[in-house]
Amino acid sequence: MRDLPGAVKVLAALAVVAVALPLVALAARAPWSDIGRLGASGPRTALFVSIEVSLAAAALSLVFGVPTALVLARSRFPGRSIVRSLALLPLVLPPVVAGVGLLAAFGRRGVLGRGLAAIGIRLPFTTAGAILASAFVATPLLILTVEAGVRALDRRKEDAAETLGASRWYVLRRVTLPALAPQIVAGLVVAWARALGEFGATITFAGNIRGRTQTLPLAVFEAMQTDPGAAILMSLMLVALSLVALVALRGRFLAR
Amino acid sequence: MSLRADVRCVAADFVVEASIEAERGRPVALVGPNGAGKTTLVRVLAGLAPIERGTVALDGTVLDDDTTHVAPRDRSAGVVFEDRVLFDTMSAVENVAFGLRARGMRAGEARERARDLLRSMDLEHRANARPVELSGGEAQRVAIARAIAHEPALLLLDEPLSSLDVLAAFGGIAIVVTHDPVDALTLADDMVVLEHGRVTQTGPIDDIRSAPRSAYAAELVGINLFTGRLEPIGDGAARLQTDAGAIVVSCPAALDSALEDVTALLRPVDVVLYREQPSEASARNAIRGTIRSIADDGQRARIRIDASPPLIADVTSGSVSRLGLKEGGPVWASFKAVEVRLVLPS
Repeated sequence: MRDLPGAVKVLAALAVVAVALPLVALAARAPWSDIGRLGASGPRTALFVSIEVSLAAAALSLVFGVPTALVLARSRFPGRSIVRSLALLPLVLPPVVAGVGLLAAFGRRGVLGRGLAAIGIRLPFTTAGAILASAFVATPLLILTVEAGVRALDRRKEDAAETLGASRWYVLRRVTLPALAPQIVAGLVVAWARALGEFGATITFAGNIRGRTQTLPLAVFEAMQTDPGAAILMSLMLVALSLVALVALRGRFLAR
Repeated sequence: MSLRADVRCVAADFVVEASIEAERGRPVALVGPNGAGKTTLVRVLAGLAPIERGTVALDGTVLDDDTTHVAPRDRSAGVVFEDRVLFDTMSAVENVAFGLRARGMRAGEARERARDLLRSMDLEHRANARPVELSGGEAQRVAIARAIAHEPALLLLDEPLSSLDVLAAFGGIAIVVTHDPVDALTLADDMVVLEHGRVTQTGPIDDIRSAPRSAYAAELVGINLFTGRLEPIGDGAARLQTDAGAIVVSCPAALDSALEDVTALLRPVDVVLYREQPSEASARNAIRGTIRSIADDGQRARIRIDASPPLIADVTSGSVSRLGLKEGGPVWASFKAVEVRLVLPS
């Protein structure tokens, strides 16, 4: 390959430094002697809420995202491009707007919220609400990843399965989904990581209630005002969790 | 049992209008140049592509017409796709068992049947291999096993590699798409020639050999074919004695005494022509003859030679003038024993 111009390399190096610097600074400024404080009930509770909310949100995005990706990649119907834009809208929507929108839909006086309240389901300011908010912003990432996988599939594999007597459901279960497994796993990890870091939609729709909706990012934000040392330590905890995602995606993003 | 199809269908950018008939136990070779519509026709017969008009009927049951379309899963068909299209998330034996499982057979029984089929194809030791680990020939056989495991009435093979001995064991209706004249001549009894989406000739292969109706058909069936008595002559060689002369061929490993009714095929491009008697030792066959005809299209020339046995040779147009070949003139034809493909009587 032809060598790149020097300026391109310099800019790339600057970008890498800009990404690495805050992480290094976090580690340098962390009050390591206080690390035991992470075991205190506050940070621990936030960690558990974060894990519960992000895993449940990832599961939701799987259940709704995979069918959506299949329909978007395969079906031809009028208004398909509009539907696709809608499904991917949360990618570009400011999260706080997503939160306000969710309140308008599921709030006590919301379009759907009133009906849900009547049958005893309340979403705003509950853990379920935090899960919904995270899934709302995370699902499009899974849809995009899986949709690209569906488009790259060799349709003749499904043709072959059909000539062998397989029903549509059997083709999907035995041929299509197994062939998509790498994209589904990647999409799941990306969606989970996005849900883990969710802030704006969650705090707007679900609030910041310790033990119920206060995830690690919200706890970090709160601690910044009173106890910056704790905020840094909890941030490092989030970094460690994010590294899990990177490792899970190893070979997909790393080492290319 | 029979298949009858007379269809018109529109593929990406051309129209295929063809009729094809096949009987049980009498394989049909579907031949034609690239882009003639062979794969489209196979997809139509499998139910994977729609027809514009016409009918497809299997054993009198209509699969396609103006109002009917039987889905692929409800046709009794097995398809071997051009590049095999195995399920790469499954092992070889799971691939073969797929059709049985899809039709509701229990997992254990399906695997057992699939394993038996693989054993009959000398592939049992590869049963647990993934498709990526299989050689081309192994993958080919797995694809065929997968297509016939559920015992379909109709088997469609799109451009299989040579080595289709399994076809003999298949008792249903078979249609083999091929480019290869040797495959067509050894596998099939009848031939359908498809060119530019139209059938240009159809019938028993012997009829097409004696009177090909298009340049493509003439090219395809214009292959040297010898029949006679084969006897080993030592050194890994054997002599094929025909009514019109003898040739030397490679001796099949199993042959230890003379065998009657052996067919041998030789591509015209493998016949090399000389003006003088060739001296090189590598070719076992050097036969003197007289040129009966030269058909020269400006690039390649087809030379028919009166000799014992008579031969057809394809040479470049340049060679015709370089060697000074003339109709009625003398010529030496030479070919290696290994270039001759033998078809032993079953």
